[in-house]
Amino acid sequence: MLSVVVFLPLAAAAVLAVARRLPDQGARWSWLLITVADLALVVAVAVRYRTPEDTAAGGGGLAFEERLRWIPSVNSSYHLGVDGLSLPLLGLTAVVFCACAVHALREERRPRAQAALFLFLQSVCLGTFVAQDLILFFVFFDLSIVGMYFAIAGWGHGNAGRSAMKFFLYTFLGSLALLVGFIGLFLAADPHTFDIPELAAAMPLADSPIVGGLVLAAVLVGLAVKTPTVPFHTWLPPAHTDASAIGSAVLAAILLKLGTYGFVRIAMPLLPQAWQAWSWVIIAVGVVSVLYGALVALAQTNVKRMIAYTSVNHMGYVVLAVGAAGLVGSGEQARELAVTGAVTQMVSHGLITAALFLLAGVLQDRSGTYEMGEYGGLAKPAPRFAGLFAVAAFASLGLPAFSGFIAEFQVFTGSIGATWVAALALPGILITAALFLRAIQRLLTGPTVGRSIGFTDVRVHEALPIGGLLVLSLLIGVVPGPLLDLITPGSQAVVGLVSR
Amino acid sequence: MTFAESGSGGIGTLLLWVVVVLPAVMGAGLSLSGRWGDRLAPVVAVLTAVVTLCAAIAVAILRPETAIPFLPGAAFGLGVDALSAVVVPMVAAVTLLVLVFAAADIRDRPARFHGLMLLFAAAVAITATATTLPALLFSWEIMGATSYALIGYTWREQDRVAAGTTAFVTTRTADLGLYLAAGAALAGGSGLALADLPTASGPWRDVIAAGVLVAGLGKAAQLPFSFWLSRAMQGPSPVSALLHSAAMVAMGGYLLLRVQPLLASTGWAAQAAAWVGALTALLLGAVATAQRDLKQLLAASTSAQLGFVVLGAGVASVSGGVAHLVAHAATKALLFLAAGAWLSALGTKQLSALQGAARRWPVVGVTTSVAALSLAGVAPLSMWATKDEVLAAAKDSSTGLYVVGLAAAALSAAYAGKVLWLVWRQTPADADTAYDTEEQGTRQVGFLQQAPLVVLAVGAAVLGVLTWPPVGAALRRALGESGSAGPGAAELVVSAAIAVLVVLGVRRWRLPEPRWAARWLGLGAATELLVVRPVLSLAHVLARFDDRVLDRAVDATGRGALRVARVAGRFDVGGIDAVAEGVASQTRRLGSVARRTQTGQVHEYYVQAAVVLAAALVLLLVVR
Repeated sequence: MLSVVVFLPLAAAAVLAVARRLPDQGARWSWLLITVADLALVVAVAVRYRTPEDTAAGGGGLAFEERLRWIPSVNSSYHLGVDGLSLPLLGLTAVVFCACAVHALREERRPRAQAALFLFLQSVCLGTFVAQDLILFFVFFDLSIVGMYFAIAGWGHGNAGRSAMKFFLYTFLGSLALLVGFIGLFLAADPHTFDIPELAAAMPLADSPIVGGLVLAAVLVGLAVKTPTVPFHTWLPPAHTDASAIGSAVLAAILLKLGTYGFVRIAMPLLPQAWQAWSWVIIAVGVVSVLYGALVALAQTNVKRMIAYTSVNHMGYVVLAVGAAGLVGSGEQARELAVTGAVTQMVSHGLITAALFLLAGVLQDRSGTYEMGEYGGLAKPAPRFAGLFAVAAFASLGLPAFSGFIAEFQVFTGSIGATWVAALALPGILITAALFLRAIQRLLTGPTVGRSIGFTDVRVHEALPIGGLLVLSLLIGVVPGPLLDLITPGSQAVVGLVSR
Repeated sequence: MTFAESGSGGIGTLLLWVVVVLPAVMGAGLSLSGRWGDRLAPVVAVLTAVVTLCAAIAVAILRPETAIPFLPGAAFGLGVDALSAVVVPMVAAVTLLVLVFAAADIRDRPARFHGLMLLFAAAVAITATATTLPALLFSWEIMGATSYALIGYTWREQDRVAAGTTAFVTTRTADLGLYLAAGAALAGGSGLALADLPTASGPWRDVIAAGVLVAGLGKAAQLPFSFWLSRAMQGPSPVSALLHSAAMVAMGGYLLLRVQPLLASTGWAAQAAAWVGALTALLLGAVATAQRDLKQLLAASTSAQLGFVVLGAGVASVSGGVAHLVAHAATKALLFLAAGAWLSALGTKQLSALQGAARRWPVVGVTTSVAALSLAGVAPLSMWATKDEVLAAAKDSSTGLYVVGLAAAALSAAYAGKVLWLVWRQTPADADTAYDTEEQGTRQVGFLQQAPLVVLAVGAAVLGVLTWPPVGAALRRALGESGSAGPGAAELVVSAAIAVLVVLGVRRWRLPEPRWAARWLGLGAATELLVVRPVLSLAHVLARFDDRVLDRAVDATGRGALRVARVAGRFDVGGIDAVAEGVASQTRRLGSVARRTQTGQVHEYYVQAAVVLAAALVLLLVVR
């Protein structure tokens, strides 16, 4: 079933790529149809999902497992599976791509090609979240970079070509470091294998702290560039500023999560001893990302750049939480809470930031600029836009009743419960509040001046995906039970694996 | 303070959820309803408030307790005990009265206004009944957000929105303490239930106490956070009447009353709370006497009176503190509503312009006088009795606290007297020139605006009953304070005398208005200078660093790589390829050299043949 979920969009993409005679309207609607179908399949998987029993090694098991021979000479198989950590991200991917398909119903620029590209991108993103083999993970990981390059270069604006090139080269270099780490794991394992559950059980570098540290460093550099953490984040602002609305939404909501997902799927279970030894470095990187991202966002005048830097800040919370989970001296409940919070933050940030980038796309569409100084008093000509933007901004700064609060509360309670150093990241939520309120003040309130005059309010194809994403965030914020019941066994398994 | 065992069960729990969920749902609906909700909004809001009030009174009697799973290891717990049984109906009642007033007062998009007020009311209800930290923090932050939206309600005027931003960011700074407390509670092993917080181990208990204390002080606008309340006066008057007298600011004091056992168990926290409360009461009382704007005076007074509540929490007089909180809510809500009535009628809130306003609308005038006398602490009105209860406990704790408290009480008599005499003065002949400075006055005060004032005046007069036997004794017993005695007769007489003397004295002598007091102790300017500007500069420095150093370093590696590629390309062409080309050209040269022997001259061929034969002969001889 997972193969169908992963490859259905790819098959549709192939069909769309060759169907030259298909009219634009047909391409847009078939894209939407496929994403809805894929979402339905993911929902079916979620409904039939039962928390798998622990395997003999003590870690969490997998559901909906599939395994086929693929590259037997390096012991790399086509191995798919979901557990409590990947299923929410699978759902997030399906939802965000569906929202993008709705948004693109009015896309004028080469809709057939865009539909094919985004369906391809959807497949590789879904594949990354269910891959249980390092080579398979790497293939999907790199293909996502390729897909996103074309999305930015082909449908972006401003300096799109240059930003796309920078994004591609930087993250591709990171993925090469990741590959070095994977090869290190492969060579250290006896028997040599790329299979993730087997490597987790075997703990290949348990007895060699130096080599283990080096392999972990390679893996972490690769994931840190993707996440992105400070100081590897400078590709993110130009990529976001010059990408189209749905390109940015997918980049922020999904692609960044490939990096953070790698922490909990690969780095923590496969290299527990090295992770424990280096958790302080990871915590420090997390705290710095939180504060640096928030402060630099505060100084921005370009609203899209501002939202991009808040992504650095939000991903910093995830890095902080997973770093704190490596402190085996602290209580287990705190560390499990931290990891649950980290995964919740991945889902929450995906939903909310996708909504924010789609809202920023409205500004670009109407007036061609993201500079906050060019607008003022947008609430008068565009009250629905103002309402959606205000709600999204408050959701992003961690207001309760939205998913961000659930995530940040768990991250902080768990991390501070593990180590007081995590409290240094608390000013992050304060600075984020200040910057979003300033943005609301500059964009939406006051007299209607500049480009706000004659600003058309959000249309249905824009309001529907944005509203849908925010409603989902609200649901998770008010009734977090179902999502947390899904994540908690997975985070308990991860904490168990990393504590060995 | 303990919760009732089972007992009421089902119906009580249901009513508790009604108190919490009904305003939230109706509020959300109204806020989103857009223009077509504007007609019905006041009626719907008032009806919701009535139902909520009835349910609140019911749960105060039934004392239910409930919890639902929320986060792993942290439930969303709600419950009503003796402390919340006093506060929840009070908040519901004031909400109802303010919404009645706002039905007549708010003309611009009432649906959004009433929706936000109801959402706020729901958040306050959760705060007052929360039994676990997640539930508390959940509602605490929503209170802050709705307060932002309500203060900046007139969003077309940017400085009002900026005031809302200041209020939100300042209270959020203090709220970080609650996040810290939650983490510390988990680390200290006490769990996240509010009643269990004192059981945390060692230093973690101090961290929890510090976090909760800072959060409470911030929300209650105590020093050094008081300036946000000054800026919050930019909001509409009903907002000030609910948020900044009865509900949001009061919840800061309520939190400290709720966690009083935690504060007492650490020792230093209770002392800190007591002294911060007393000093705030004193200094903000001085600030209030120096104000020329009625709402600013009332705001400073709110901060000062909550200082007494915080003092009560610090000296373990929870019954005194909550009684003062309730009495102050009725009194201050009335005063803010009166200020709002005069603002919409006369278009000004400057004290000098409001001379004689009480004579023009007698109902407003009389009720304002009752409230002002209560605020001054004139016997036998409510705030005299409740203030004395707190001061009696302060005296038991430390004489210094008692003296500071008395001085603060004298100052509250001073500014209350100032308001009282000003509004009853003869209206000057040129009063009209001072009207309509802030908005166009309607010169009318409607029935819906006057009715709530009367109800609140009754409350301001009689709520002192919460401290007198039999109600007071029952309250003290329910809160576990049977040991403490109330204020003695001497103390009661002293405070009553001070109040009367100061009020009469203010009529005679003009109060000084020092600049440091008029400017709210310079707290706003200090925060701007010491906190806001450095953070913004740091943000700009880091942004420049990010663009010019980090980003350029990355670009430089790109350029560097291109340069290396060009060098390698030159080396490839000029070096390696040159060698291969060199071999070819040398071979060509060898070939042309070899061609030189082919001259076409036969005698030269014979010479060449002879040379070759000779060389071959030599070779043969050598090898053989």
